[in-house]
Amino acid sequence: MTDMWGDAVDASQIANGPAAVPAARGPQTVTRGQRTRGADAEGDAYLTVSDLSVAFPTADGIVHAVQGLSYSLPLGKTLAVVGESGSGKSVSSMAIMGLHDPKSTRMTGSIRVGGREIIGLSQQELRKHRGGSSAMIFQDPQSSLHPFFTVGNQIMEAYQAHNNASKRQARQRAIDLLGRVGIPNAARRLDDYPHQFSGGMRQRVMIAMALVNDPKLLIADEPTTALDVTVQAQILDLIQDLQQDFGSAVLFITHDLGVVAEIADDVLVMYGGRAVEHGAVASILGSPLHPYTWGLLESIPAVSGEPTRLHPIPGSPPSLLSLPTGCSFNPRCEFRTRVPDGLCEKELPDLAARTGDASRASRCHLVHPDEMFQSEILPRLP
Amino acid sequence: MVLYILRRIASAISVIVVTLIASFGLFYLAPSDPAGVICGAKCPPARYQEIADSLHLDRPVYQQIWEYLHGLVLGTDVVSGGQTVHCAAPCLGYSYVFGVPVTTLIMHALPVTISIVFGSAIAYLCIGTLSGIFAARRRGTYLDRTIVGGTLTIGSVPYFVVALLAALYIPTLIPIVPQAKWVPLTESPLKWFLGLLLPWIVLGIVNSASYTRYSRASMIESLSEDYVRTARAKGISERRVVYRHGLRAAVTPLATIFGLDVAFALTGAIFTEQIFGLPGLGVVTLRAFDKYDLPVLMAGVLIGAVVLVIMNLLVDILYTILDPRVRLS
Amino acid sequence: MTTTATESAARSRIPAVPGAPLLELRDLVMHFNVKGEGMLIRANNKVRAVDGVSLTLGEGETIGLVGESGCGKSTTGRLITRLLQPTAGQILYRGHDIAKLSEPKLRPYRRELQLIFQDPYSSLNPRHTVGTIIGTALRVHDLVPKGEELPRVRELLDIVGLNPEHYNRYPHEFSGGQRQRIGIARALAVKPKVIVADEPVSALDVSIQAQVMNLLEDLRKEFGIAFIFIAHDLGVVRHFCDSVAVMYLGRIVEQGARDVVYGAPQHPYTQALLSAVPDLGVARGTPPKARIRLSGDVPSPINPPSGCRFRTRCWKAEDICAQVEPKLERKADGLLSACHFAAPPAGSLTAQVD
Repeated sequence: MTDMWGDAVDASQIANGPAAVPAARGPQTVTRGQRTRGADAEGDAYLTVSDLSVAFPTADGIVHAVQGLSYSLPLGKTLAVVGESGSGKSVSSMAIMGLHDPKSTRMTGSIRVGGREIIGLSQQELRKHRGGSSAMIFQDPQSSLHPFFTVGNQIMEAYQAHNNASKRQARQRAIDLLGRVGIPNAARRLDDYPHQFSGGMRQRVMIAMALVNDPKLLIADEPTTALDVTVQAQILDLIQDLQQDFGSAVLFITHDLGVVAEIADDVLVMYGGRAVEHGAVASILGSPLHPYTWGLLESIPAVSGEPTRLHPIPGSPPSLLSLPTGCSFNPRCEFRTRVPDGLCEKELPDLAARTGDASRASRCHLVHPDEMFQSEILPRLP
Repeated sequence: MVLYILRRIASAISVIVVTLIASFGLFYLAPSDPAGVICGAKCPPARYQEIADSLHLDRPVYQQIWEYLHGLVLGTDVVSGGQTVHCAAPCLGYSYVFGVPVTTLIMHALPVTISIVFGSAIAYLCIGTLSGIFAARRRGTYLDRTIVGGTLTIGSVPYFVVALLAALYIPTLIPIVPQAKWVPLTESPLKWFLGLLLPWIVLGIVNSASYTRYSRASMIESLSEDYVRTARAKGISERRVVYRHGLRAAVTPLATIFGLDVAFALTGAIFTEQIFGLPGLGVVTLRAFDKYDLPVLMAGVLIGAVVLVIMNLLVDILYTILDPRVRLS
Repeated sequence: MTTTATESAARSRIPAVPGAPLLELRDLVMHFNVKGEGMLIRANNKVRAVDGVSLTLGEGETIGLVGESGCGKSTTGRLITRLLQPTAGQILYRGHDIAKLSEPKLRPYRRELQLIFQDPYSSLNPRHTVGTIIGTALRVHDLVPKGEELPRVRELLDIVGLNPEHYNRYPHEFSGGQRQRIGIARALAVKPKVIVADEPVSALDVSIQAQVMNLLEDLRKEFGIAFIFIAHDLGVVRHFCDSVAVMYLGRIVEQGARDVVYGAPQHPYTQALLSAVPDLGVARGTPPKARIRLSGDVPSPINPPSGCRFRTRCWKAEDICAQVEPKLERKADGLLSACHFAAPPAGSLTAQVD
């Protein structure tokens, strides 16, 4: 019943870097091993997204993938961005990495990473940002690794892109990281190709590649969706473990509320390209205030609690080409009749504090959503 | 890996032998009268008999094939023009029409064809791949559409029309490019080069159209792969993303098409050789067909089979080198 | 729903052997040959996808097949619906062995054993309208007089919650959830007795997944259809099934009533599997007491470990596990486990929600 990476490699070896490898940039600002759950005050945010909008002009019209998105994420914290397909969760994370093709994307607003504005950077400057201070791991490790290059080659390339390191230094760095992410015989496996690894091991390789330059911000886009559940548990543990060591900020994109419950400090729920609810994980999953979050909770067949009949959200998600007027969720919302004057169809609610708790916000016109949750939704949950 | 190649070579040899026997059967045992065709309409019976004898038409089939194979591997004695001559291995027989060993004919024609095919292949591979990558990176723009449109236009004009027009106009309009003329490389490299420049240009342009489309499609596919996104996320330069990560994956399917194209070009450069008056393999085979010069025809078929089989083999081996998933499984 | 719709629960056309259950698998085996390296004689490796599976499904029951990729659950589903012919073993439908039946003789059985696929898009012909897709199923089995398919097609669309007037649309005009409904309508068209659902909701978004699960549940109740429900999502299976069989490397390692398997499983693999599921319950309840993390991945089914196949990843493994393959035996009320050291978990494996 032991973690397989266990103590195989001394974690400090990586954090401080072997002698041959340049040390991580700047001192660590976060005390290791201390993880408090809950939304943090702004202040020392490492990532700040303000009023971000991402649109793609197409032949059929403009796809408004993300609109008016704002949040911040301090070092050492994990923010989970939750939503279904088309909610804008992946598009916004790609924007933070500067991965959208500037020719086919319209971006407005601001993304500050470590105090630096990302929007408007030249491709040359973006390149230093990508894989340097910010790194990303993707959903499918099978297709995300190049099939024709060895894993060592791919990790070393990432290191050498940001460090003036010799091949030997880069190789040593790659071996150290492969060991750190729990790959046995790292020095030997460095020269293997991705297809010689299992799915879980491939995702470990991806994580090693992302961490090779000591990023302060790690974006994980559905990193366990393609994996089996026992392997998923290993990878989630690894990400949490590494975060404690590196003290980095983790932006975790997922559709799985179970994963959110296990890994996140804060949660941002997205629907139709906008944030609809934001706050600490305990408050968002324990007593959500937005009918969409309620619907999600009532849709999930959990492994715990009484198995009751699911209560799904009717209809399907809106088209990003033509969002409904007013609140995007209103056509599917069973509570819109509780708001007078058809306000839901007319006016887009703000993402604002709706109860006494200022640390959380939701985008809904309902007046006492907390009471409604307790009296109407909670009894229906398993 | 070594076992794999050995197995492929063994199967390649068996393919060649089967082709050989099958075509031998078709040519020599067809319900036609080869001796009569060779001799012509007003054939004196003595001459007819001599030809029939030299063809060994009276012997059983298996013996004829055996003799052919024997000559191919060890050499044999052949009756030509009433004399018995030794024909050294690999003996492909004597041409009825020219009265010289087929091997000699081939040895003269083969360098011409090889020069034309490989020279133009380098040209269209370079032009086609580069413009394909260029278009793929600008997918959807006017430049891209212009390139695709251009390749479609070139591709829709019959090849011999382009070649004929080029042969007529280019030497007059661009005086640096002389009329096509065959000069062996060993004689004068410069004259060899200049003499082949025109067919290279024509073949290069015509074939690069399809290579532009292949490589464009292949690049668009590989550039949309997840691992290219991963490469970008690493922060490496866009040039490196495209040429190292994108092209590396796009090259594998291209190599397959290229290998087979070259094989077909080697066996079918007839148009080019005929139009530009170059004495290559295609012209020789065509003339042999005209005169029913059986040994030469057989040699043409044999070379075609060998070239196709070898190129196929090379492509497969190249494939295992290019793709570690094939190599290491 | 109308009268004709309820006729979907019509009797089977196949006479049952007295005392035989609806569906029974006996020592079902499926080995796939894979090419190996070799100069002249190629070593023939076998992927032991399904390696001795026995299962009984009664009228109107639902059995969930769970396990990680490569455990053989999907292959089992394909064997039951005879998309594959098993290497050995029996598939008894109402007492008749259909394991080796030829295609023409299978036909009446195919009608009663239907399959719903995971990917609703790739399993629908994009060049046919929905009406044609469902109508073909009706026609093939001569269920409706020629030319009179349309009313029934519309009725089926209505049953699965689609607009009946959309029969002349093509699959690409529907969303993922709607396409899965079309797949369900096609399966229902022939009034099956058993539906094998292979990951029917795993390609769908959460809110749509819940809609399709409720639909399947309604259909099961309304028409009394028995289900073999194949899924990797333990929550989904718990929600839908009366009983559960946990598979590992081609074998059933634990099987029993839903509440027993989820509440007090005795096989270490089931315990590890349950413990690994990210549990939403932790947000509103007490976190689980036991926390089990397996190391490594599932071994290759070409060369499975000797004895107990799970022993290479099992923290309880001892010498006997490598030598003696444990039998699937009764360990508690409503629970069969194949483990030498079967025992209830030390603490709760999932969150306790009040």
